[in-house]
Amino acid sequence: MTIEMLSIIGAVVAVSFGAIGPAFSEGRAIAAAMEAIARQPESAGPLSRTLFVGLAMIETMAIYCLVIALLLLFANPFVG
Amino acid sequence: MVAASPLANEVLFHLGPVPFVRAVVTTWAIMAALTLVSWLGLRRAGVHAGTVQTVLEIVVEAIAKLVGEIIGRDSWPYLPFLGTLFIFLICANLAAVVPGLQPPTGHVETPAVLAALVFFSVHYFGIRSRGLLGYVRRYTQPNPLLLPLNVLSEVTRTFSLMVRLLGNIMSHELVIGIIVLLAGLLVPIPFMLLGIMIGIIQAYIFTVLAAVFIAAAVNSAEVE
Repeated sequence: MTIEMLSIIGAVVAVSFGAIGPAFSEGRAIAAAMEAIARQPESAGPLSRTLFVGLAMIETMAIYCLVIALLLLFANPFVG
Repeated sequence: MVAASPLANEVLFHLGPVPFVRAVVTTWAIMAALTLVSWLGLRRAGVHAGTVQTVLEIVVEAIAKLVGEIIGRDSWPYLPFLGTLFIFLICANLAAVVPGLQPPTGHVETPAVLAALVFFSVHYFGIRSRGLLGYVRRYTQPNPLLLPLNVLSEVTRTFSLMVRLLGNIMSHELVIGIIVLLAGLLVPIPFMLLGIMIGIIQAYIFTVLAAVFIAAAVNSAEVE
């Protein structure tokens, strides 16, 4: 196992497992927002804005994993 | 194998010892286009507005409404910064739609600079509206024990602002590249449509988060 192979495996693991948590939580957030909008359609504007900001926050976790994966693939400090 | 690293910059030309990369040239082109459109539209501004002036007014009013709802006070002092940010980000993210152009936000430097701008403008607006002492006291709220965490959150939220924009735009470019590599002609088109949506949403989120940060820096005097 060279460092390159290990980095590729590490990148795959980082993206695949790092996407699980945000996916679940984004689903829950959207479900909650849908429920709230269904109950109070008049508050759809502020709700969707808060939803977008919250989704962006959650999504950041997945993006962090992606950045780690890209660093491993393209800017690996241990590969000459 | 993806040929070029997405973190690398493509140098277009050298002017003396200074290399000019593609992202910078695209940014300049967008800036020039925005300036030109604004100048043309407002050259003979009047009550009986022409087409371009009407469009510009609609855009400005819409952004002012959005920012005003978030900040919750007179939004006009913050509108030049946030509005320019929004319009520039939309143009930059959608640059990939034009054949031959790459979005400058898909490289590390442009999102980093934009996030740094937001970072400094938050402090500028905060200090200007509450005074230096009142603004610094914000970091010891609700408890002085939380001072390190409050300072740390300044850094991390700026970093995540940068990484969110960069990651979305760059990863979308990568996905398009991989799909073109795999499936040729018509298959990438739905993903490109998705890319337009991602670009607009990311510009919206970046602006809204900047507005939220500014609102938190400016407004918390009333909350206390």
